[in-house]
Amino acid sequence: MTAAVSRPRPRGASRKARKWSASLAWFVLVWVAAIAFFLPVLWMVLTAFKPETAAYSYPPKWTFSPTLSEFRSVFSRGIGPFLENSLFATLVSTLLVLLLALPAAYALSIRPVTKWRDSLFFFISTKMLPIVAAIVPIYIVARDVHLLDNVYALVLLYAAMNLPIAVWMLRSFMLEVPGEVLEAARIDGASLFREITRVIMPIIMPGIAASALICIIFAWNEFFFAVNLTSTVAATMPVFLVGFITSEGLFWAQLSAAATVASVPIIIIGWIAQKQLVRGLSMGALK
Amino acid sequence: MTVVEQVTRRARTRRVTPTAPSARQRWTRRLPLLPALIYMIVITQIPFIVTLWYSLENWNLTSNAKARFTGLSNYASVFTDANYRNSLVVSVIMTAVAVIVSMVLAVALALLLNQKVLGRGLARTLLITPFLIMPVASALLWKTTMLDPTYGLVNWLLSPFGVHHVAWLSSHPLGSIIVVLIWRWTPFMTLIVLAGLQGQPLDVLEAARVDGAGALVIFRRMIFPHLRPYIELGTLLGSIYIVNTFDEVYSMTQGGPGTSTTNMPYYLYEQAFQAYNIGGAAALGVITVIIVMIIATFALRLIASVFRFEEAVG
Amino acid sequence: MAMRASRRWRAASVLALAALGAAACGGGAGGGGGGSSSSKTVTVAVVANPDITQMEQLISNFEKANPGIKVKFDTLPENQERSEIQKDISTNGGLYDVVMISNYETPIWAKNGWLDNLSSKFISSDSSYDASDLLPPIASSLSSGGSLYSVPFYGESSMLYYRTSMLKAAGITMPEHPTWAQVAAAAAKLNKPGKVAGICLRGENGWGENLATLDTVINTYGGSWFNTSWQPQLTSPATEAAVNFYVNLVRKDGEPGASNDGFTELLTLYEQNKCAMWYDSTVAAGSISAVPSVFSDTSYAFAPTDKTPSSGWLYTWSLGIPKDSSNQANAWKFVSWATSKPYLSLVGQKLGWAQVPPGSRTSTYQNPNYAKAASAFASITEQSINSVNQAKATVPKVPYVGIQFVDIPQFENLGTEVSNQIAGAIAGSESVSQALSASQQDAVPVGQQQK
Repeated sequence: MTAAVSRPRPRGASRKARKWSASLAWFVLVWVAAIAFFLPVLWMVLTAFKPETAAYSYPPKWTFSPTLSEFRSVFSRGIGPFLENSLFATLVSTLLVLLLALPAAYALSIRPVTKWRDSLFFFISTKMLPIVAAIVPIYIVARDVHLLDNVYALVLLYAAMNLPIAVWMLRSFMLEVPGEVLEAARIDGASLFREITRVIMPIIMPGIAASALICIIFAWNEFFFAVNLTSTVAATMPVFLVGFITSEGLFWAQLSAAATVASVPIIIIGWIAQKQLVRGLSMGALK
Repeated sequence: MTVVEQVTRRARTRRVTPTAPSARQRWTRRLPLLPALIYMIVITQIPFIVTLWYSLENWNLTSNAKARFTGLSNYASVFTDANYRNSLVVSVIMTAVAVIVSMVLAVALALLLNQKVLGRGLARTLLITPFLIMPVASALLWKTTMLDPTYGLVNWLLSPFGVHHVAWLSSHPLGSIIVVLIWRWTPFMTLIVLAGLQGQPLDVLEAARVDGAGALVIFRRMIFPHLRPYIELGTLLGSIYIVNTFDEVYSMTQGGPGTSTTNMPYYLYEQAFQAYNIGGAAALGVITVIIVMIIATFALRLIASVFRFEEAVG
Repeated sequence: MAMRASRRWRAASVLALAALGAAACGGGAGGGGGGSSSSKTVTVAVVANPDITQMEQLISNFEKANPGIKVKFDTLPENQERSEIQKDISTNGGLYDVVMISNYETPIWAKNGWLDNLSSKFISSDSSYDASDLLPPIASSLSSGGSLYSVPFYGESSMLYYRTSMLKAAGITMPEHPTWAQVAAAAAKLNKPGKVAGICLRGENGWGENLATLDTVINTYGGSWFNTSWQPQLTSPATEAAVNFYVNLVRKDGEPGASNDGFTELLTLYEQNKCAMWYDSTVAAGSISAVPSVFSDTSYAFAPTDKTPSSGWLYTWSLGIPKDSSNQANAWKFVSWATSKPYLSLVGQKLGWAQVPPGSRTSTYQNPNYAKAASAFASITEQSINSVNQAKATVPKVPYVGIQFVDIPQFENLGTEVSNQIAGAIAGSESVSQALSASQQDAVPVGQQQK
């Protein structure tokens, strides 16, 4: 009661003004940053709707008569098989990663093996060999096991590519599962399988979603393995994109349309799942 | 003890700690790890061994000559290869600048996004989009629609500042590629740092502010230590991926002009797919692995908190 | 908590179902794999360009005439396509039945025994093919030991394009066989910085990009890559003079940012009225014809010379059949269809006569329809191709064949390294002499390997 009387008016007003100008500053900064990062994406989508001659103009055109002809030519190039292959390789490899990574993460966190540091280091070390150096050996191995131009080769390689990150992320999420919950499950006599699926997974589901999302992004966008190990049957979206660019004539609008189509699935998934991603990554807060 | 001091002491999570495991218990612990471990060994070590074998052979794809065993001569030529050393320098510059700038930006952006700003959900959505676009596509689009000297958007945006028709990929090739890398990876790092920020209970920070601590002190003594593992995680992950940058160099500059943007993966690509020197490329790969392993071992010792070595007990 | 858990399980099961669904349909698509497992599928590796796109549009015509055969195209950018094919053929991957190569690879691969001898295996028993109709320099560039190892899809040389109205306004007359000195003088007069480049020239790194045009300048200035003892000549006075001329011309009167401009970018600039002159491939004429305002204002001159009577380059995209293809008979059916006289007429009738793939057959140039539609550039294209000789392009004697390349397997790498240096010189990040001495160093071990 006395506090309200002892606070003089001008001080209150200037504190409010400071708070208000701070909020304005945050607002401006956040939105300048957001627009700056989003601008190239916006430009890509805009250019996809331009006729080619409008795409090549200076000053760059912000208003124009939009056309769907570039999108039409993207779809008339037989995009179907490429989409299918990308979907298959991405989803199946991510599923495989989760199947392998969940128990592995368990064995490195909750009931760790004695050599868990070495195991973690081994997983990370597999990402240290630049795949460019190993691509011809991989090509020859693939040829010998008849997996050339076969989407399963991509599934296996993408799973190997993403497994280290998934193991790492899932392990740090599992470390946050409260000891009491695990204690209770063990007292109840739960088997390993039940412990993982019924007790741990529900708790770290945002973390699983975050890991799956990262795996999906990297698998969908992967270019080098796809272009080297596939030909006509198993080629994925990145391969479709580079083959699409003609070496003669105007192509910016076509390229933008193809890039937009190729990125839309991941953009949608990313936008929907970003809350999960942040929540998953912040699992360390569960106290 | 002030609130600041209280919070800066590391919290520890209680672990389930049985007595020393018996032999049978050790095997039951190993079992869940085995599928992933065996899978990785088969898929990654077989190609690595084949790569090692090829590095000891003289094998060029352009001729019919069969691969000939030649011992360590490929490795000897690596040490006299000035182009390889140059590619390592380019890789170091590219990675260091991109990672550091991305992380600084990420921390700043995460702090901004953590404020109650109007429409911050939408702003965050827009901010993460560069990471979701297909890299090969976005690199090509940067080269054409953004950085073209005559028609590019960047020159138009900068023209009020006196910049006219700069040929970015000719005059500033490495800088341009680094900018594209920062554009692509900052969202990724921002998400990681933001997760760390949002995982920090606000009541403790509020208490500190009521105690009279200034914003800078709060950041330095409370927020930053809490963020450290996240920053280190983001830096490590980002470095692993950025050091292997290939798509941007391939799409935007093909390693040129001169050799100014030929980084290590692109140089390996040139050896394998232009010179068709399979043995030489393999040797370069093996040497790169050794170099990266040495650096990684040192780095991981420094940032032990990433592995949370202390906290996984038992 | 229970509600949230069940929602999460629902989400997880939806994801699993989706994956299974994708597996069900994707399994069909991806499970086959392994190249032409069915003997009725012909897998063709091609480079993306408009003529190939046209062929892909007309492929139903072939498939109707050959029931049971399906043609599948693997389209990639040029450098990627080259390395994919090379990797596949040399490791017996068996992915491709038909490969799109050029007069650079064909003789080398023929000697390696990687390609079918088309003359003896197929053409001799196929009277309708008429191999003698192929333009002589093109045919001989794809032959080894007198037999064809690939057949041309289209061929090209180089020539000078210029805007009639711009030259008229500047009071310049361009002779039909200009010299580089004349062209440089004209470029200086026509150059309007920031608006129109006096001359647009390739600067992009790539042995098929800036080296193609630069090599013709080197040749006509009396320079060369190697002398008869396989010692590199990249720092010889003649070569250095030629490179200095080219680099200075493009930096002074050329388009800005030239070190990033290859054929595609220059075609765009020319069509957008940003070039007064353009020295490049003869195939550009077909593309320019799609922009009537520019096409009607364009005139042509032969490739500029200095010390030689002619100086155009010789290049052809051709189709060959790898020896380890499991589907060679069907592969030849496709190859012969795509390079035959009836195919050229098909393109003319269905897509327009100016779009016919140029530079492969003499009969194209004798066809009245083509002559009418392509009257502006048909004759100069045919003459340019017929006037070049791969074996005699340089002033001094040389141990190699090739105008804008050197016919050794190491040239892909050496050429790329040198073109990178040249691009650096054009970008201004190094001097011409620095670029050339670095290139000379790279070339020394290559020369030694040839002895």
